[in-house]
Amino acid sequence: MSDIALTVNGKRISGAAEDRTLLVHFLRENLGLTGTHVGCDTSQCGACIVHVDGKAVKSCTMLAVQASGSSIVTIEGLANGADLHPVQAAFKEHHGLQCGFCTPGMIMTAIDMIARHPEGLDEATVRAELEGNICRCTGYHNIVKAILAASKTMSKGSKGKVKKAA
Amino acid sequence: MYSVNYHRAASVADAAKLLKSGDAKLLSGGMTLIPAMKTRLAAPSDLVDVSHIKELQGIKVSGKTVTIGAATAHYDVANDEKLRKACPALARMASHIGDPAVRYKGTIGGSIANNDPAADYPAALLALGATIVTNKREITADKFFKGLFETALKDGEIITAVTFTAPAKAAYEKFRNPASRYAIVGVFVAKGKDGVRVAVTGAGDDGVFRSKEIEAAIAKNFAPDALDGVKVPAKNLMSDIHASADYRANLITVMARRAVAAANA
Repeated sequence: MSDIALTVNGKRISGAAEDRTLLVHFLRENLGLTGTHVGCDTSQCGACIVHVDGKAVKSCTMLAVQASGSSIVTIEGLANGADLHPVQAAFKEHHGLQCGFCTPGMIMTAIDMIARHPEGLDEATVRAELEGNICRCTGYHNIVKAILAASKTMSKGSKGKVKKAA
Repeated sequence: MYSVNYHRAASVADAAKLLKSGDAKLLSGGMTLIPAMKTRLAAPSDLVDVSHIKELQGIKVSGKTVTIGAATAHYDVANDEKLRKACPALARMASHIGDPAVRYKGTIGGSIANNDPAADYPAALLALGATIVTNKREITADKFFKGLFETALKDGEIITAVTFTAPAKAAYEKFRNPASRYAIVGVFVAKGKDGVRVAVTGAGDDGVFRSKEIEAAIAKNFAPDALDGVKVPAKNLMSDIHASADYRANLITVMARRAVAAANA
């Protein structure tokens, strides 16, 4: 067992967990943040992606204790009350989901991607950057549309200077 | 995953001490080790996390000499401005490892210590004639990579950095498995002051190796045409459900041709 101290969606959290506890299980089971999903559990599908110190990483491939001391943002930390994050709003507007299982990971990846490409995105780049996120409804077309739209809105909103959202 | 004890090392000396406990393993980005532990292919008693050690982080370029700290993530190798000028081939190679989330965590030291027969870094370091620096000694890439998941590292030895002289020209081309995205064949070519070195990953049944046939063909004429009619023997190449040894042998020439063209571009 180890003590784990995290900042999750802006709140300081401390708890204890077995050293083998994966970050995704700590988030879901200890903190009740079940928006982060376990899909493949083999580091491929990206349904478990969260931001750890501003970087989109797979929380099924990281121990909770490895993340201790870090600041984490999950899908639950994006909206401001009823106001959706621009990427969430774009997924809603462009119907960037079918069953919705992969959506939290897709959105966390999209925010990271948009932040790393303040110059803007094109379709080929979005598709290449989505390599680590799998949608088994194969609904990529609208996911790509939503990310492109969000990228435009966000660069307009900050006059071309997109800051890291996490 | 079996039960494990986690330790966060503050320095290389601290990590060396912690590594003596039980059946301990070093943990860096964990992009291979944690999946292996989840499937119980690996079951260390202790994990020594080296990813917070400052002295293992970062990239230095001094003249033509490049030094990369062992715990430097693929993302940082791909995006380092000095490295992109000194050796763009290596930065570009790092930008194609795994996926973006994996590149934030996976590290150069972790990749070469694991020496997966389809990993990209072993081919790069062998072709660049790199030196692997540990807490005990320096090992040339030629002597470091020993076989499938085998290296020259001894018990308790910790990779601290990788260093090489930037080549005049270099490029890496890989033919990816469409599902796993690992290299079925990856070829790194480098032309430096000591001549041409060509290393192949994904294909050898004993891991990464230098291709004498390709090196001989492009040593005098570093051009794609110099590879016309050059055949790489299929002996000692892997055959599996993804590709036969003959197919891989042919792909080595094809990837080498593309890499030489890219290096000259």
